[in-house]
Amino acid sequence: MAITEKGMEDLLATYPDTVKKNRKKHLLIKNSAEACQQIEANTRTIPGIISQRGCCFAGCKGVVVGPIKDMVHIVHGPVGCAYYSWGTRRNKARADDTTPKENIYSTLCFTTDMQEPDIVFGGEKKLSRMIDEVVEMFHPRAITISATCPVGLIGDDIGAVARAAQERHGIQVLAFNCEGYKGVSQSAGHHIANNNIMEHVIGKGTQRKPGDYVINILGEYNIGGDGWEIERILKDIGYTVNGIMTGDSSYVDIRNLHLADLNLVQCHRSINYIAEMMETKYGMPWLKVNFIGVDATCKTLRELARCFNDEALIGRTEEVIARELAIVEPVIEHYRKILNGKTAFGFVGGSRSHHYQHLLRDLGMEMIVAGYEFAHRDDYEGRQVIPTIKSDADSRNIPELHLKPDEELYQDAHVYLNLTKEKFEEIKKNVPLGHYEGMNPDMKDGEVIIDDINHYEFEELVRKLKPDLILTGVRDKYIAHKLGVPSRQLHSYDYTGPYAGFNGAMTFAREVANAVTTPAWKLVTAPWEDGKSKE
Amino acid sequence: MLECIPTRKVEHTAGKINPAKTCQPIGAMYAALGIHGCLPHSHGSQGCCAYHRMGLTRHFRDQILASSSSFTEGASVFGGAANLKTSIKNVFKIYNPEIMAVHTTCLSETIGDDIPTIIKQSEVPEGKVVIHANTPSYQGSHITGFSNMCKAMVSYLAESDGTAKKERVNILPGFVNPGDMREIKRIVRELGIDLTMFPDTSDVVDSPLTDKYEMYPEGGATVAEIRDSGNSKLTLALGAWSSEAAGALLQEKCSVPCVPLKIPVGLKATDDLIMALKDGFGMKVPRSMTIERGQVVDTLIDTHFHYQGKKVAVAGDPDIVVPLTEFLLTMGMIPAYVMTGTPGSRFETEIRHMLEQSGIKDCVVRAEGDLFELHKWIMENPVDLLIGTTHCKYIARAEDVPLVRVGFPIFDRAVHYLMPIVGYRGCLRLIEMISNALLERRDRDCTDEDYELIL
Repeated sequence: MAITEKGMEDLLATYPDTVKKNRKKHLLIKNSAEACQQIEANTRTIPGIISQRGCCFAGCKGVVVGPIKDMVHIVHGPVGCAYYSWGTRRNKARADDTTPKENIYSTLCFTTDMQEPDIVFGGEKKLSRMIDEVVEMFHPRAITISATCPVGLIGDDIGAVARAAQERHGIQVLAFNCEGYKGVSQSAGHHIANNNIMEHVIGKGTQRKPGDYVINILGEYNIGGDGWEIERILKDIGYTVNGIMTGDSSYVDIRNLHLADLNLVQCHRSINYIAEMMETKYGMPWLKVNFIGVDATCKTLRELARCFNDEALIGRTEEVIARELAIVEPVIEHYRKILNGKTAFGFVGGSRSHHYQHLLRDLGMEMIVAGYEFAHRDDYEGRQVIPTIKSDADSRNIPELHLKPDEELYQDAHVYLNLTKEKFEEIKKNVPLGHYEGMNPDMKDGEVIIDDINHYEFEELVRKLKPDLILTGVRDKYIAHKLGVPSRQLHSYDYTGPYAGFNGAMTFAREVANAVTTPAWKLVTAPWEDGKSKE
Repeated sequence: MLECIPTRKVEHTAGKINPAKTCQPIGAMYAALGIHGCLPHSHGSQGCCAYHRMGLTRHFRDQILASSSSFTEGASVFGGAANLKTSIKNVFKIYNPEIMAVHTTCLSETIGDDIPTIIKQSEVPEGKVVIHANTPSYQGSHITGFSNMCKAMVSYLAESDGTAKKERVNILPGFVNPGDMREIKRIVRELGIDLTMFPDTSDVVDSPLTDKYEMYPEGGATVAEIRDSGNSKLTLALGAWSSEAAGALLQEKCSVPCVPLKIPVGLKATDDLIMALKDGFGMKVPRSMTIERGQVVDTLIDTHFHYQGKKVAVAGDPDIVVPLTEFLLTMGMIPAYVMTGTPGSRFETEIRHMLEQSGIKDCVVRAEGDLFELHKWIMENPVDLLIGTTHCKYIARAEDVPLVRVGFPIFDRAVHYLMPIVGYRGCLRLIEMISNALLERRDRDCTDEDYELIL
């Protein structure tokens, strides 16, 4: 079932005129005959609209900073923001060679719990005292402070508090001015986090991990163990994972991120700033990857091997792929029999709605409506549009770091990969080094692309297009169920996972099949209400 | 687990580590869902609304709809009036609720937005209502926010028509699960008394899956019912922290006498509820209630050896922890630590009084505490059982103590919000959960020769 331009007009007809005018620009029906279909994104949410979006704090502390396991993350503000971002994103973490168990604080929640007097007279002293006590109690390697809404309004200078504490305790204390009202969504928070980590952490270390192919994985948050599955495959092939941003990551490893050969970018939206800034400052190349889906993982692994242009590595890559496929393919085939031809909606974050289209296609499914909560135009249309994106008041409020090549550490990209410049340029033509083509090219004609979907549009599109599955967040999960459609959470994977890599694909397939076939779906209508048709 | 927690004594005076409370707006949002056809509205950054919906959705595993004023930096500087006016217009046009219940956030409170004036200047369609509660996140806790929204229902809606009061009781149920609200209603109806419960989230946040989608499910007190609550003969305000303020206001505004009670968790608190109704309405308590009560007493006597004398730590919201502690004392258990994250010295006074009456010494009682503190106490002096919310599970694992999950939020167990812990039936459920937790532990820890068929 598809929706026409007319159908879309009907859908929008309910809106007041200003809302209609606004929302129209955030909706597209894919049409490959049109050269460059433009979508509006990363603009203000309309007040009163039931949006899926969160805030700047959620993007900074919640997404990027929070998972760093060996730092104590203090949230400066009233209790709520710390409480809601406590353990709710499933960023798994464990001890490793560089981080003993005693240095892992992932299951703890620190908040200055600002009270009315702190709002009136300022909360800097309380924050300072909390830092002192936390250092005395836990001896962390470093500390972050994240600001919530009122902090910016009352003018607490958390940067000054951080600098003073750093001096007192001799450990790094980072201050993030990620007040919830900044920007238009989580995206502003990603940017603020990226800037601060780039400016103050990356490049401070001196330890390169041993190995011939040393890589970083950026924008991988190890939800449900995704990062571990990706690492398993990469290690088997012969790569050394130098650091992950920021799933199961440590402060110590992030300091050494610049001492790798290549950055892999999984979630483009949340981390592209660091990839780009590391390219500017150190010359380090980056590759857009996708480890979601069997075919997508194989493609990514092959492209990665080609970047190093090493026959042995390419050979080993094929061996690992063959070994994994022998296990995975029969399982996927089994579930494809159940799921083939089914349709899905996907509304998540800034990359997953794209990534999961590949995994669904492995299973014979198609994402007929796809949207992002907080993406920018480049996540839809590709990075080539970046120079044409108009900045507005909200995006100008997020500072840009203007970096220069590092005098000592800058090397040309091809040097990182041990290639000649010519070879590097040749490879670049065939693999997405330094480029992301966005989601739209992967969508099929007639499919719907939607930015910052809201409850009304969600409900209407479900009624009109009757998908077999909705991949979304927890707030929409149960709405989907009440609308009669199975769902899986794509932020938290309904507390299972991993969904990435080869093992993840099998888990995802099993769980989607279970969601669609669970026997209770046949029992929705009570036997005494027969004849009453589904709305 | 939690190897980072220091074993030595530490100084912890600033802020909270592992808080046992959250902020006011989530409580206000929850209360607002207990009005039929209501869309709660969060006046602040959209992240607040997103987080509160997430928190409630995870606890209730059900749709939680609410809108936001979606502040940007501009609104934060110039005030949120325009955002709220636009929100009100859009919400009624697009989502068409009967009523919008606006609550503030720390952002809009710090700015000082004058909500009543903004509402007055807004386009509210004929027959629709907008109410508001001030819920600054830097005061009290989620329980305070719940209380403030209940108060707003009374101040905006409740009316007295000046005629003779109706033979009907208003029940303010407190911050409890929909399963609890349903059970309280069942008890009152069993006694043959007409009632209005508000807020009433049963059939809203635990609504059925049918073949028809309802954005606003069947449940909830209607605006008309809340209006008419001013004509009831009596109000029972269950829970000092969550309901008393609204009950008192209703008494002041509409001359409906208010009897403050505990939330009826445990035998005595349930007895108190029934006696208050008997005193107010003079009805004869039906035999069915005597049977229900007798079953609890019977069970307590039959099962006391599973739990009597065991040391227990309790953490949670004050209106639950107070009667729960009372029931644990009824069960013969020994509270070792009783803690709430919500501020207020009344908590400590009430619990200490109860402990004194039962001759329990050496119990640490703390209001405005946090779970880090509780953890440190348990590390120092262990307990046999921990009762609290999901966030206590880390302590339970680190210290190898069985955990019975009671309260809000519970993110990691199924069906709990449908199952009451109030009333006599709730007593049985608590006894079952506590006994089973201890018995499971005994089975897990004992030697083969002590592993017995019958316990």
